[in-house]
Amino acid sequence: MPRVTVTVDGITYQEEVEPRLLLVHLLRERLGKTGTPVGCDTSNCGACTVMLDGKSVKSCSVLAVQADGSDVVTIEGLGANGSMHPMQRAFHEEHALQCGYCTPGMVMAAIDLLRDTPEPSEEAIRQGLEGNLCRCTGYCNIVRAVRRGAQEMGQAVKSS
Amino acid sequence: MTEVGRPRKRKEDARLLTGRTQWTDNLRQPGMLHVAFLRSPMAHARITRVDVSGARGLPGVVAAFGGQDLAGEQGSLPCAWPVTEDVIIPDHPPMAVSEVRYVGEAVACVVATDRYLAADALEAIEVDYEPLPAVIDLAEALAEGSPKVHEEGNKAYSMKITTGDIDAAFQDAPVVIDRTYVQQRLIGAAMEPRAVVATTDGDSFTLWSSTQIPHVLRVMLALTTGIPEHKLRVIAPDVGGGFGTKLQVTAEEVLCLLLTRRLGKPIKWNESRSEGNLTVHQGRGQIQHIRLAAEADGRIRGLQVDLLADMGAYLVLLTPGIPLLGATMFNAIYKMDAYEFGCTGVFTTKMPTDAYRGAGRPEATFGIERIMDELAAELNVDPLEVRRRNWIKHEEFPYTTISGLTYDSGNYEAATEKALSLFGYDKLRAEQSDRRDRGDPVQLGIGVSTFTEMCGLAPSKLLGAARFAAGGWEHGSVRMLPTGKVEVITGTSPHGQGHVTAWSQIVADALGVPFEDVAVVHGDTAISHKGLDTYGSRSLVVGGVAVLQACEKVREKARRLAAHALECSPEDLDFAEGAFTVRGTDSRRTIQELAFAAFTAHDLPDGVEPSLDSDATFDPDNYSFPHGTHLCAAEVDTETGLVKIRSYVAVDDIGKVVNPMIVEGQVHGGIAQGIAQALFEEAVYDAEGNLLTSTLADYLVPSAADLPDFTTDRTETPATSNPLGAKGVGEAGTIASTPAVVNAIVDALRPYGVQDITMPCTPERIWRAVEGARP
Repeated sequence: MPRVTVTVDGITYQEEVEPRLLLVHLLRERLGKTGTPVGCDTSNCGACTVMLDGKSVKSCSVLAVQADGSDVVTIEGLGANGSMHPMQRAFHEEHALQCGYCTPGMVMAAIDLLRDTPEPSEEAIRQGLEGNLCRCTGYCNIVRAVRRGAQEMGQAVKSS
Repeated sequence: MTEVGRPRKRKEDARLLTGRTQWTDNLRQPGMLHVAFLRSPMAHARITRVDVSGARGLPGVVAAFGGQDLAGEQGSLPCAWPVTEDVIIPDHPPMAVSEVRYVGEAVACVVATDRYLAADALEAIEVDYEPLPAVIDLAEALAEGSPKVHEEGNKAYSMKITTGDIDAAFQDAPVVIDRTYVQQRLIGAAMEPRAVVATTDGDSFTLWSSTQIPHVLRVMLALTTGIPEHKLRVIAPDVGGGFGTKLQVTAEEVLCLLLTRRLGKPIKWNESRSEGNLTVHQGRGQIQHIRLAAEADGRIRGLQVDLLADMGAYLVLLTPGIPLLGATMFNAIYKMDAYEFGCTGVFTTKMPTDAYRGAGRPEATFGIERIMDELAAELNVDPLEVRRRNWIKHEEFPYTTISGLTYDSGNYEAATEKALSLFGYDKLRAEQSDRRDRGDPVQLGIGVSTFTEMCGLAPSKLLGAARFAAGGWEHGSVRMLPTGKVEVITGTSPHGQGHVTAWSQIVADALGVPFEDVAVVHGDTAISHKGLDTYGSRSLVVGGVAVLQACEKVREKARRLAAHALECSPEDLDFAEGAFTVRGTDSRRTIQELAFAAFTAHDLPDGVEPSLDSDATFDPDNYSFPHGTHLCAAEVDTETGLVKIRSYVAVDDIGKVVNPMIVEGQVHGGIAQGIAQALFEEAVYDAEGNLLTSTLADYLVPSAADLPDFTTDRTETPATSNPLGAKGVGEAGTIASTPAVVNAIVDALRPYGVQDITMPCTPERIWRAVEGARP
């Protein structure tokens, strides 16, 4: 079986994997990183979104072997020093989650969106999150949260 | 400042935001095995052979079974709502034995050491089917000579309720509107697919499930599997949305229990999304024939409703009762002289239907709110004016409706006035008129929905009268811990609604303790030993009230302790901000001090037991009746059929509000789901009974890009049926928004002669309607 080396949330793992093993199942089943959930089997919902070498991917659409040598950040590794990432805080402040199942993927996708568009309009946020489904919130508060997260991240960059 | 009414940020969030979740699929047990189910590719067929031997012996495979192997012990999945004396409730084995009746029905399973290996081995199972004809169309299913879904026939039940003289109402009526509307089948699509873990120690069983109803599930599983109730613990850990779809006793839950009993090992099942689209019960599925008789001025004389309700292949937990939840709701907020409601439940070879957000009330609200717009169009008056002429006026409450419910409170005028001003109604009407005059290819439509609904799924006595198998009470217990913190155990089972936060607010006020000092425990039958769970917008109006009443008992016990400690009469004590003070003095005891005194029990008054705790069970004497006015402005491109919702205003009256932030979130999500029915979603079966929308690529759950922002506000007319004055909010948005959107689209296209668009109102359907209506 192929051997992969992958760094997840700052820890480097070496695993022997079947070539067909999905990255999300490597994370969940082998590494115990259950913070990243699975919501569909056609890469429509985005619940499993993680950062792969700094860019968001749907981890159900990536094979574990494709992640060999890569750096993965999941929702569990997003905060620093025990505090939440500004986007996580913004989701809390704006009540942008209810059941919370889509939330890990939504937060990751939102952060990735801001890489390209640091100050997105409402329309840009809505279009940018098109690949992530939420069934609870109707998205209004998610849009508000991304806006707030963007402001706080902008401030964080400026003040650092 | 009181906690109730504050937009408290949720206690639930931190865990969910950082991935420290307990979804059922996250659970691991030592030696745990995985089960995968082989599912029927045929909508209707006789099973002539199942051979699982090819799967046995494959890598990692522990066992493989067909339905025949489990036939002796699997029992029949329960239906808990025998709506009429002669309703046909067919045998429903969790795993099909001799016949399959919908695509996706389980026919065999493999238990293996790994989920991939279990799925692999399914391919080695051989099943021979002898095809039988599919039964898809409801009217055809009832026709003479139709193929039968079950030997007993395709009619599950038929019932009719008439109040007033319906014939007289229609005879010589100046206006009669006659319409047929279709409520398409919907897939709930909670973001968390279902999952089950079952374990046994050889004597007792524990079942974790992604369910809304751990308590109901335990009772029903005990009744159907023969596992004694006291040896079965059911746990709903973190549950990722439900919307009614997890209000079910599922084949997979039963089968996982049977497999753990047989194999003595923990068994896990997790559902793929495409498996879920096939096998999670679906919502709606009605053909509504509605006739309305009115005076020339628009006052309603009578309403006649005749439903064909798609049951699907079997009656699952509440299937036959769902359309009947609309029986008292078609008349809605309107006064009339006569009303007739008829419903025929029809078996088809499709996935069974059951509760989906609103459950019977969205269907009814859609029917009446659509036909009210047709009445307005017929009379050429404003749709709100025709509603005003018919609705119950605020000074007329309490009001007993034609269908026999007593609405305790409401103010339709106030909600409508507020919505109108937020919406800018007159300005939008002027723009509409202008676009019509200009022949603008993009027309503007304004949709109105002045809805009400009934919440609680209580009182028990009314549920009993409706032949519902369970009651509608709810339980809460509240214990002051020795250190002064508070632990609340609720019988409700949240899956996104924020009960932990809202119940903490209620308790903080009632006991005068800090919000942060309250913990709320739920969803485990071993801890929360009484409850009826979460559905029907019942949790706050029944369960939240039970918690409040338990607090009141705790407070009264604390009063006796305080009187004893302060050597006064209990009547001489004032309670404020968590402390009892002897009136006119500064002698006081905090409730935390009293909790510790009750714990040590060194010096208790006679007849008072140690510990400062209590519990309460609440069963209201009426439903609650949220209402509101939703207004939708939609731009409809007559050349492409595309609909763009330009603005959406919702003013809801849900009585007293515990947490306005959570309430707004519930309304947002509800509106989104209602819009989804109007514009995007449908579970489509072809003529052979194949589900054509089995993935999220085909079944169009809207994304952020598909939906507008919503403007929400409230009016507040307290409910009188519970001491919180709350009415429930979980389903209101979904109930109200579907007709608002479709009314807007039809309003835009009215000049083209369009009277209806069948949902979902896709660009193609709209384009065809416009083209079809062109001269």
